[in-house]
Amino acid sequence: MDRQQLLEELERIVGHDGIRHRPVDLLVYEYDGSVDGAVDTAAPTAVVLPRSTDQVSAIVKLAKRADLPVVARGAGTGLSGGAVAQRGGIIVSLTRMDRVLDVNLLDRTALVEPGVINLELSDGVRDQGLFFAPDPSSQKACTIGGNVAENSGGPHCLKYGVTTNHILGLEIVLPNGEVIWTRTAQDGYGGLDLTAAVVGSEGMFGIVTKALVKLTPIPAATTVMLAAFGSLDDASRAVTSIIAAGNLPASLEMMDNLTIQAVEPAYHAGYPMDAAAVLLIESDGHPVEVAESVEEIEALCREAGATSLRSADTAAERDLLWKGRKMALAAMGRLAPNYYLHDTVVPRSRLPETLETVEAIARHHKLQIANVFHAGDGNLHPLMLFDRRKPGDVERILEASHDLIHECVRVGGMLSGEHGIGTEKRGYMTLVFSESDLRAMAGLKEAFDPDQRFNPEKVIPTGYMCGEVKQLHLQAMQQQHGIVPV
Amino acid sequence: MAVSLVDLVKHGYSGDDVPDDDLLRACVHCGMCLPTCPTYRLTGQEASSPRGRLWLMKSVADGRLDLLDPEFDEQMYQCLNCRACEAVCPSGVHYGPLVEAARSQLEQHRPRPLWQRVRRRAGLNFPFSRVSRMRAMVNGLRLYQRVGLSAALRKTGVLRLVRLETLEAMLPPIQEAPLVSGKESWNPPLVEDRIDLFNGCVMSTVFSNVNRATGRVLAHNNVATAVPATQQCCGALHVHSGMMDEARKLARINIDAFAGDGVSPIIVTAAGCGAALKEYGFLLKDDPNYADRAARFSGRVQDVTEYLAARDLVPPTHDVRATVTYQEPCHLAHAQRIIAQPRKLLAQVPGLEITEMKESSLCCGSAGIYNIIRKRMADDLGDRKAENVVATRADCVVTANPGCHMQLRTSLKRNGSEMPVRHIVEILDEAYGGPVVGSKATNA
Ligand SMILES: Cc1cc2nc3c(=O)[nH]c(=O)nc-3n(C[C@H](O)[C@H](O)[C@H](O)COP(=O)(O)OP(=O)(O)OC[C@H]3O[C@@H](n4cnc5c(N)ncnc54)[C@H](O)[C@@H]3O)c2cc1C
Ligand code: SF4
Ligand code: SF4
Repeated sequence: MDRQQLLEELERIVGHDGIRHRPVDLLVYEYDGSVDGAVDTAAPTAVVLPRSTDQVSAIVKLAKRADLPVVARGAGTGLSGGAVAQRGGIIVSLTRMDRVLDVNLLDRTALVEPGVINLELSDGVRDQGLFFAPDPSSQKACTIGGNVAENSGGPHCLKYGVTTNHILGLEIVLPNGEVIWTRTAQDGYGGLDLTAAVVGSEGMFGIVTKALVKLTPIPAATTVMLAAFGSLDDASRAVTSIIAAGNLPASLEMMDNLTIQAVEPAYHAGYPMDAAAVLLIESDGHPVEVAESVEEIEALCREAGATSLRSADTAAERDLLWKGRKMALAAMGRLAPNYYLHDTVVPRSRLPETLETVEAIARHHKLQIANVFHAGDGNLHPLMLFDRRKPGDVERILEASHDLIHECVRVGGMLSGEHGIGTEKRGYMTLVFSESDLRAMAGLKEAFDPDQRFNPEKVIPTGYMCGEVKQLHLQAMQQQHGIVPV
Repeated sequence: MAVSLVDLVKHGYSGDDVPDDDLLRACVHCGMCLPTCPTYRLTGQEASSPRGRLWLMKSVADGRLDLLDPEFDEQMYQCLNCRACEAVCPSGVHYGPLVEAARSQLEQHRPRPLWQRVRRRAGLNFPFSRVSRMRAMVNGLRLYQRVGLSAALRKTGVLRLVRLETLEAMLPPIQEAPLVSGKESWNPPLVEDRIDLFNGCVMSTVFSNVNRATGRVLAHNNVATAVPATQQCCGALHVHSGMMDEARKLARINIDAFAGDGVSPIIVTAAGCGAALKEYGFLLKDDPNYADRAARFSGRVQDVTEYLAARDLVPPTHDVRATVTYQEPCHLAHAQRIIAQPRKLLAQVPGLEITEMKESSLCCGSAGIYNIIRKRMADDLGDRKAENVVATRADCVVTANPGCHMQLRTSLKRNGSEMPVRHIVEILDEAYGGPVVGSKATNA
């Protein structure tokens, strides 16, 4: 199928207004939210903006006939290159499928299209006393489809769980164009739990066209505590003892001194400027329960050496304390023009030594690294600060990243807590997974997508898929002879 | 397939007002700005988003995209320059100056057909470069509204013929004679502070009642108001259209006009003017004679709500029994980050109820002259706004910028609502008793 024919057929499906294909149009679909240097940009062959499941299905069937890759795209805030079309092909942008189709207050569920923005879903049901619990820091912009694909998390996932715990079923378009509804084991449905397989599959198994999500009641009482510490070590010990004592705070976040230096002057959230670290701990639930747990958590913090403690009960006070945390990335601009945000996870018990390692890496590479992270689940977000314009800065960052990932894996950690593997960390997969692990993943991928059509070049490293040899050969041909498919 | 436009690229940035490279590179394409962008919300496409537009600007700088590519022109002008993206950007990208520089590049290098150039000059430069011309025009319009010609003319289609139809439909009834700069002042018996009022072209003519109300409200707060005589249009519309030289000319005139004591606050009643005046320092940064003076001038500029909210308001005396909803002008909320102050002032009006609308800071589609040159997109935004306003069931919608005022009015009307639109100062004025003859607030 030649290009002209492809474009004509696409236009027949989505209409003139639903397709973008001139070179200038494709330029702006070269990137997602990931850091330049860590993820290469690449332009698709065409971009389509469907408005219905039927259109998505027709696009996928056409792509199959044209033998082109298909890459789903939400808001493009992903941090691991997931929405970038590394091998070209058709980007299916789901921004126009952005309706909340139904809210069921009795069942506490919502049926939404994939382009609905995370925070807008919560805002829409707030008056009914409900919210959508997964709250990535990007929640103002990212879409439910992207959340499902990356199995995104956020500060409140410590208690409420990550995206997968809030998805009851998905309508997906399979790589052959068929439309299915996945059910989930959570609602007592027998059969294989395909929902669990699709959540976190980074757009490789199917394109989500509808999601049935769980809504959570807004708790009756919420208290946010701010505990300051003289050392990272003390703060980490407090984290471990709070969890070990059987508490389950809604969130348990840590910020180090560098972060405080950036945040406090910008937002005046009330973080002590001289603290080595602060913990932001939120407790929610029944008022009596909350009061009890606040008392216990405060005692544990004091025991671990907290230098000061504060708590906020009113919405305004809580918002101010949270603002510093939520805007931490924003405030980094005060320290350096660029940052590379990492996403490794280590066992909670290894937090203190991992933080020391991060410090050592910073010293070794002469870098500033700020730490602001989900301490409760050991999900580190070291922020490496740099200035892209300075020669050598990007290279140093990439080297330091390499060291950081290796060190975290060494203490039993994982590559990603919530940002996904994409192309960014694909090369590191062999560090944490055995040959058999990776073959099992490849096998599952092949079961869904034998042609490697959906989001190729992601997650599973080269060499584990059959059919890959053929593709590599094709790629080499393209590079050598300038042969461009379609 | 890699996109290579390099072979086709003939024109890059050159000459004056090249988009600042450091500012451009500050964008790390995180996408946090996307949902705040009205054109992205309407189209869902990346090119119509702030991030997409910045990427296009960067691509031109990198020689990957031709400056004169029609899509580049389209995107630079489809942008409302509402600066919502700028206000939420975690990396502090100064979007406004970048898009303005890109537009200036287009104006310098893009061959436009003669008729387009003539129309731009006539439509923008002529009325907005001299307040006296604007005054003459508005006086004419006022007369025409009074004698009821408007309905008759609309029927005959004469207006459509002279392309004034859109403009005419936007104009609210003009309540008072123009406020001529230098001719009026407000001098309360007790003077705690003195300010210079920026009169503005549309504010001093179409909305002269608001500027007079401002003088009265300030007087009630023991602030004396002067209206420096030789001031002109702020030049915001010129900056937005890439006509930087014309804008700089106006800026110099205004800096001279407000030289005065060199310290009094310069108070502005139009958010759009205020944002532009606060950027004179940037606009004239390369002018050796004016750079310092421009920076000092910009430092004196304050929106009327900003100024009043920072003082302790003398308690208003009259109940205003109404429920109002507040529409945030983009150039107040985003460009100047003034969000809490207007609400704080409204909260101090006895009897007044405030109800928040959905998406109060999403652009209403006015955006300078956008609603004239891109009617369709502006109407879509206007309809969305009208729906959100009507849903509040307020008695009245309050704003603080003439463009928004007119756009709100027409959008509400088109959607079958007669809800009045008022400037926030009008509400305050009413709370102090309004224009009562003989009170300490009458002007002299
Ligand atoms: C400043 C910042 C802060 C962030 N903070 C967090 C955080 O706290 N926690 C967190 O988990 N993440 C965070 N992220 C990462 C990112 O926001 C999440 O991964 C988010 O879920 C991506 O959503 P999106 O709509 O932008 O998806 P995209 O970036 O467009 O796509 C991401 C992946 O999802 C796939 N995809 C998108 N839509 C669909 C669909 N309908 N069907 C199938 N596949 C699809 C794409 O192919 C791609 O692989 C942050 C990002 C930024 C820039
Ligand atoms: S302008 Fe700011 S918010 Fe928008 S993509 Fe660029 S860095 Fe992110
Ligand atoms: S100024 Fe407004 S319209 Fe323009 S890109 Fe920014 S948010 Fe969008």
